[in-house]
Amino acid sequence: MSLLELRGISKIYGDLKALDNINLSVENGEWTAIMGPSGSGKSTMMNIIGCMDKPTMGEVLLDGVDIAKESAKNLTAIRRDKIGLIFQQFHLVNYLTAVENVMVAQYYHSLPDEKEALEALARVGLADRAKHLPSQLSGGEQQRVCIARALINHPEIILADEPTGNLDEANENIVLDLFRQLHEEHTTLIVVTHDPEVAEVAQRTITLEHGRIKSDEINKMFGRN
Amino acid sequence: MFLRMIRGAFARQWKKMLIIALTIMLGTSLATAMINVMLDVGDKVNQELKTYGANITVLPKSASVMSDLYEVEGSSDDTGSYLLESEIGNIKTIFWAFNIVDFAPFIDTNVTTDGGSETRLVGTWFNHHLDLPTGESLDAGVNSLRSWWDVDNGSWIDEQALEEDERAAMVGAVLAKREGISVGDTIHVKGAEGETELKVQGIFDSGGDEDEQIFAPLDLVQELSGKDGYISSIEVSALTTPDNELAEKAAKDPGSLTIAQYELWYCTAYVSSICYQIQEAITDSVAAPVRQVAESEGAIMDKTELLMVLITILSLIGSALGITNLVTASVMERSNEIGLFKAVGARDGAISGLFLTEILLTGLVGAVAGYFLGFGFAQIIGHTVFSSSIEMKPFVIPIVAILMLAVTLAGSIPAIRMLLRLDPAEVLHGR
Ligand SMILES: Nc1ncnc2c1ncn2[C@@H]1O[C@H](COP(=O)(O)OP(=O)(O)O)[C@@H](O)[C@H]1O
Ligand SMILES: [Mg+2]
Repeated sequence: MSLLELRGISKIYGDLKALDNINLSVENGEWTAIMGPSGSGKSTMMNIIGCMDKPTMGEVLLDGVDIAKESAKNLTAIRRDKIGLIFQQFHLVNYLTAVENVMVAQYYHSLPDEKEALEALARVGLADRAKHLPSQLSGGEQQRVCIARALINHPEIILADEPTGNLDEANENIVLDLFRQLHEEHTTLIVVTHDPEVAEVAQRTITLEHGRIKSDEINKMFGRN
Repeated sequence: MFLRMIRGAFARQWKKMLIIALTIMLGTSLATAMINVMLDVGDKVNQELKTYGANITVLPKSASVMSDLYEVEGSSDDTGSYLLESEIGNIKTIFWAFNIVDFAPFIDTNVTTDGGSETRLVGTWFNHHLDLPTGESLDAGVNSLRSWWDVDNGSWIDEQALEEDERAAMVGAVLAKREGISVGDTIHVKGAEGETELKVQGIFDSGGDEDEQIFAPLDLVQELSGKDGYISSIEVSALTTPDNELAEKAAKDPGSLTIAQYELWYCTAYVSSICYQIQEAITDSVAAPVRQVAESEGAIMDKTELLMVLITILSLIGSALGITNLVTASVMERSNEIGLFKAVGARDGAISGLFLTEILLTGLVGAVAGYFLGFGFAQIIGHTVFSSSIEMKPFVIPIVAILMLAVTLAGSIPAIRMLLRLDPAEVLHGR
């Protein structure tokens, strides 16, 4: 059984089909990139997978459970336990230090554990930045805090919506290296991107257009660069 | 972690929190000041109004019938028309003794002065010291009952300071001017039963008939008129509850009440029940309210209290609106943060709890500061309006605390609802 399976998913806003009959399955440990022009439905799909939105039609099976039928409260619980989110704008809490931002996710999940949070920061190479406020960190550093926060509760899937959209090349590479590392540790990654360079390092690339899957390809170059 | 988040939020947003705290502080201070002034104002207004004179006059039964029949004021020479001096203290033993603020007995006699003119000499208490059967003691008399008298020349008579054989008097300003009497003079007066020398200790301006009269200690006038132990009237100043139907019915005839009505009436500080109780305490007396003053006291107090209640309510509504605006703005500004908390799995209760804690902590700081500011306001109001300080009653603290808690929570409702409705997907992807 796949970790994630979308069956006949549609999301309709008025007479706009943001997603139109999407069928897709993602295996455990897979690294998938989702591409497509602006407005093609990428974020909509991520929101549905990330339990922040529900499809108008279809089933979303996560670990065999149809999350499209769950109540908002249960969705919050599923998101808390199974999903790690990485955002284009990082969304760090501006009055909390780096380590506290990681601990926020622990706090709302179970119990904050500063030692574990510091380890997570060390893993993304920010051990010496733990006590800095977001405003004292560079964009790349902020995104790494965001990644540490997404990882802290050991989610089953990491969802990243344009994670490198606000980063320069050097920081983009740092983030991609982290993704590689996560992939080697068998973390399931779904990364939305505009950027072909970000997409081509993934195992598989799905391209959306007008809410439909235009292509779904295995990246033959995967692992060689 | 919760504490760290609260601390961080305060550290980063202290300016906004400060404004919220200030809003709550203003509301609290007004509510504190108004409630305290309102609770204290009853006494203050009464003290203020007391200066317009006694609100109950006690006369001997026959004198009161006479004056009713012939519409003449004051005493007659009939010995039946006197009250007993020994019973005056009984006024302070009635059920509503605590509401009796002040009183003074009067007796008067006509005397002839050196200048040859007939004048009324009034005997009374100035600051008479009285030990009550209850063990209490008090000073009663015209020094406080006639507090509106202007004594620019000389001073009030202090009965306690008088020598055994010292014969002091206060002379009305009009009489003093006409007869050329000044402070320190000794005047000679001749009454029906004797004559005496009086040392003028003060000249007063009452703005009324009393300016033609001479006031001297009670025993001196009793001696001069041969009425030892008798007085012709008592003026009483009492704090009263405004009359209602029951009080009016009782005033006509207490016998017409049912037992329950009678109890209620007797145990309420209506001017009629206080009069009734005074009559019970003093043999053959008739106590009657000086209508106008008694009524206006109640009415003015009612209106003042209504005004204060309105100001309090308005200030609370004002604070609530202010809080609503500020907290809503703060939630809007922090929508990303709220969205993020939701995205990492925070329950609705946890997020509202965080924000409410912030607001309530801010409110607590504002309220404590506001209480002290309100204390200041109350004293300013007390001194400018009533020229005395306002007593701060401790039980006002919980009242104000509950009011402000309600106002703060009510003011936060729209913001909390907005916070709960907020969709993390909307804010986090920044469409
Ligand atoms: N809440 C919404 N209400 C109406 N239309 C929406 C809403 N969310 C997304 N859309 C529309 O759905 C389409 C897909 O949006 P989105 O998934 O954000 O695209 P992408 O992330 O690929 O740029 C767009 O045309 C967008 O305008
Ligand atoms: Mg998008």
